[in-house]
Amino acid sequence: MIGGIDIVTLIAALMAASTPVLLAATGELVAEKAGVLNLGVEGMMIVGAVAGFATAVTTGSPVLGFAGGALAAALMASLFALLTQVFLSNQTATGLALTLFGLGLSALAGKGFEGVRPPPTGKVPFGPLADLPVVGPIVFGHDWMVYVSLALVAAVWAFLKYARLGLILRAVGENHDAAHALGYRVIAVRFAALAFGGALAGLGGAYLSLVRVPQWTEGMTAGAGWIALAIVVFASWRAERVLIGAYLFGGITALQLQLQAAGYAIPVHFLSMAPYVITVLVLVVLSATHRYGAPAAPAALGRTFHASN
Amino acid sequence: MITLIKRPTPSRFWSFTTPVLAVIATMIAGGVLFSILGKDPVQAIKVIFWDPLLGPNAAYFRGQLLVKAGPLILIAAGLAVGFRAGIWNIGAEGQYIMGALAGASVALAAYPAESHWLFPAMVVAGALGGWIWGMIPAVLKVLFGTSEILVSLMLVYVAQNFLAWAAFGPLKNPEGYGFPGSRNLQQYPSAHNPELFAGTGMHWGVVAALIAVIATYVLMQRHIAGFRIRVAGEAPRAARFAGVLPANLVMFCLGLSGALAGLAGMFEVSGPSGQITDSFNAGYGFTAIIVAFLGRLNAIGILLAGLLMALTYIGGDMAQLMLGLPTAAIQVFQGMLLFFLLGFDLLTHYRLRLGKGSK
Amino acid sequence: MTGSLLKIEGLTKAYPGVVANDGVGFEVAPGEVHALLGENGAGKSTLVKMIYGLVKPDAGRMTFQGRPYTPAEPRAARAAGVAMVFQHFSLFEALNVAENVALGMENPPPMGDLAERIRAISTAYGLPLDPARTVGDLSAGERQRVEIIRCLLQDPKLLIMDEPTSVLTPQEVEILFHTLRKLAAEGTAILYISHKLEEIRSLCDGATILRGGKVVASCIPREKSARELAELMVGGEFAATDRAGRVSGATILEVDHLNLPPMTQFGPALKNVSFSLAAGEVLGIGGVAGNGQEELLATLSGERPSGAGTVSLHGQDISDLGPNDRRRLGLLAAPEERLGHAAVPNLSLTENAILTGTVRRPLTRNGFLNMGAARRFAEEIIKGFDVRTPGPHVAARALSGGNLQKFVIGREVLQSPEVLVVNQPTWGVDAAAAAAIRQSLLDLAAKGAAVIVISQDLDELMEIADRFCALNEGRLSEPRPTEGLTMEEIGLMLGGAHGMQEAAL
Repeated sequence: MIGGIDIVTLIAALMAASTPVLLAATGELVAEKAGVLNLGVEGMMIVGAVAGFATAVTTGSPVLGFAGGALAAALMASLFALLTQVFLSNQTATGLALTLFGLGLSALAGKGFEGVRPPPTGKVPFGPLADLPVVGPIVFGHDWMVYVSLALVAAVWAFLKYARLGLILRAVGENHDAAHALGYRVIAVRFAALAFGGALAGLGGAYLSLVRVPQWTEGMTAGAGWIALAIVVFASWRAERVLIGAYLFGGITALQLQLQAAGYAIPVHFLSMAPYVITVLVLVVLSATHRYGAPAAPAALGRTFHASN
Repeated sequence: MITLIKRPTPSRFWSFTTPVLAVIATMIAGGVLFSILGKDPVQAIKVIFWDPLLGPNAAYFRGQLLVKAGPLILIAAGLAVGFRAGIWNIGAEGQYIMGALAGASVALAAYPAESHWLFPAMVVAGALGGWIWGMIPAVLKVLFGTSEILVSLMLVYVAQNFLAWAAFGPLKNPEGYGFPGSRNLQQYPSAHNPELFAGTGMHWGVVAALIAVIATYVLMQRHIAGFRIRVAGEAPRAARFAGVLPANLVMFCLGLSGALAGLAGMFEVSGPSGQITDSFNAGYGFTAIIVAFLGRLNAIGILLAGLLMALTYIGGDMAQLMLGLPTAAIQVFQGMLLFFLLGFDLLTHYRLRLGKGSK
Repeated sequence: MTGSLLKIEGLTKAYPGVVANDGVGFEVAPGEVHALLGENGAGKSTLVKMIYGLVKPDAGRMTFQGRPYTPAEPRAARAAGVAMVFQHFSLFEALNVAENVALGMENPPPMGDLAERIRAISTAYGLPLDPARTVGDLSAGERQRVEIIRCLLQDPKLLIMDEPTSVLTPQEVEILFHTLRKLAAEGTAILYISHKLEEIRSLCDGATILRGGKVVASCIPREKSARELAELMVGGEFAATDRAGRVSGATILEVDHLNLPPMTQFGPALKNVSFSLAAGEVLGIGGVAGNGQEELLATLSGERPSGAGTVSLHGQDISDLGPNDRRRLGLLAAPEERLGHAAVPNLSLTENAILTGTVRRPLTRNGFLNMGAARRFAEEIIKGFDVRTPGPHVAARALSGGNLQKFVIGREVLQSPEVLVVNQPTWGVDAAAAAAIRQSLLDLAAKGAAVIVISQDLDELMEIADRFCALNEGRLSEPRPTEGLTMEEIGLMLGGAHGMQEAAL
């Protein structure tokens, strides 16, 4: 205990608090590695949140709920892919449109689900391991989605580093004209990367509505999608650093919630601001140190690809 | 198979036609959406687009049109200048809040003194509040290269919490029986931004919006500074070659759009809304992004797009009353409009060719 | 000799408004080095893109190793045994050499084995290369080695090389030719695209000459003189430039110990660059692009401020002045990249005239644009420099490279500069336009202006420059009079062969 804050509880809580942004940021990482900047993460997350919630409540199965959330958000991402890759629209504008559309769509679709409780997502039964001091709550005390998210980060890391397809994806993100000249299908690769990114954002959203809160409220992502975008920048486009970034952010969120609960004399609204203010500060520190270092952003990020002759 | 061929020159015809096509496509897709929701699509479209203008109670709604369009146009006019330069301020919502807070604070500090100088002081404060909030991402971008998109957006959430804190704390009405929210400025003559002509909805914010439209039009179309802003958005290196300093450009664009958003917030809080509450902001800052794009980032286009978007708000309210259509449906409708616009924009820059294409 | 390896008959490809290839036919035998000769825009690139499967022909037939050959995509071409080294390299700067090579292969071995094979084959062909290095850090010559090795690892029957020497120093060209001759001796056919006549005469066994998308001649290049080849390529004679009537005057521009950090992640830094320039003089700065050319232009034009006292005009320190202040003083520039730097692709020619013209021409009144005056200025440029375009309302990107370049140069020349700096003024420009541009630079110098021409084209610099110096890895050599300079000396000024000091020829 430090100043009324239990460190073990804090760490255990931050892992759960981080999971939505961790998933969304990992997905966005893959999309950006393929050279597409999808600013619609917030919109995809909230659609994932409502679709996941609705599916879980209707079917009674949280697993199906997560699948539904991932699918719905992947469809949103496909819409973005269609517009930016086939209709060659501006990626920044389309990403914003996706977010505005997603916020509206989720509010509309979620009308009948307010105040409903979702079926619980189970903790993984580690048996006596979960009762170990310190290690128990931190390592063995979570629901299965936390472990899935960690596995996904590891999988994305290995995919980008070792897989042939991962190499092709990075090549497309570095120089789409060269990749095209070598005969790779730039648009297909980007479509797949975007859909995967969308699916992960959807899982993150579903985690919010099914586990974190757990209920459906309008606008419940409250900027988590944007923070996921910031984490990708923070992570210099590397999967292992996404994990650090997300947990750092989750730590701040968990800490400010615990400070609120511990009854510190800081106005609640200032504590609620903290995650956003700190995200800005982290971006500043990072941009300042990167200015003359290696900016690891994929070289073709945000550029429109059109195969002319 | 269809092939895309880049036009040598962007088509003027299609750049005027695509917004119209997008509106029509949105009406059709919206109709489908409404029928999925169990409403008569024709009826719904009529209630949203026709009744507020020419229906039985149109007289009341027409006034509302300017009330809603004013802030949208004022904010979008500023955003469009930045978007033209490739500077993405998407935190207008936060700048709107800060402008309102700054303007209201000046009024509440002076309460109950009456003075002709109070309202002008509030205008300055409102613009300044939004300007400062816009300058934060600008300065960070210039000094450290931080993304203005992420910072301006994060600051929306900061501003929202700040607003809630103010509404529950320092700006709370001491005679408000403990309810959150400030005094109502509509009952404070010196600070009130009244309707200028009864029944029109015209208030000083609408006047400011019209001035902003004219000023940004002249700037962008006729002045060398606007020319350089356009060049910066089209080709940053060419802009630098033409003598544009990127730092100045970033600060000008974010400062301008911040100040205009702040003004919009200030006119809203002193006029139609009247008081600071924790839910004072109504998403104008985000909808203005759609307005800016729908208006093709052109001042005159924004004027029309702002009126259209205001119509969907009012029509949406009516549809909720008369048909029980959820308000969120209008948000979806607006999002779809932007999607269709972005998709149809292809026709402006590319020619479609049917038949066998080259790979 | 066992007949042809690749046979092409009646190949046709049309784009809207232009027939890029019109009934093209020729044959390449195994082990033959075959030249495809033609001006910019003659249709060479389209032709090889069809052979490599990047573009589908509208009509015509290709036969490869006696079988019909219709590659649907580059993958199919590679599988059939066709490999290609691109003019603008298809490389990924942030990836390392081995990864770049792997991306060009169908079934690459594991990374460790691949690195071994890269080492082995690169030493065997005299092109040393470290598989672990990041491509962005390599010189242009080394990057080309990556492309070549990527091709060689697949044992191609036919190797296509698109303008391979434009980025090489004379010494590097020798190494490349050595490698290509060795490959040909082993039976690999090489399709060699170039517009450099001497190269073709020394390397190639046969040549097909294209003009306006059609085959105009086939010949054995060794049996023709360079002049004969040039006339076949251009289809007539063209005027030689006239450099008479120039007198060097007083020193105008002085650059003193100029240092500049890299502008981009993989860009070069400028190191201790010093030179001076006199009125009426043309200074030629040679060197392979990417060795600091863009950086030098940016510091001279004012886009990049430099340390105090490093750049002075008429004895006045202008190091901290921006582009428009320098224009006011008479220092003008034309950058290399036409689309996006010297001109804005989507804006009209009138608007592009405004881009740099407002300081020395009355195109604005109190900051408000005078579109009439701007249009007249644009028309003046179009007329004075023979820019082929329907009018000043046309967007810059609708113009061909040569015409836009004439517009860009004309825009600066007509503003009567005291000093004009141009970077790659004739890159990608057809011969007639190139000659016109060179002449206009000489005329400008004859009127007493000082001109700096930064160019990769050594022949061009020898033709118009009074003094020559080379920019290599951000360092500028001591300028020397062009008269009497040999290719050997120039090659050494350009830094010889990058990273090849120890490799014997």
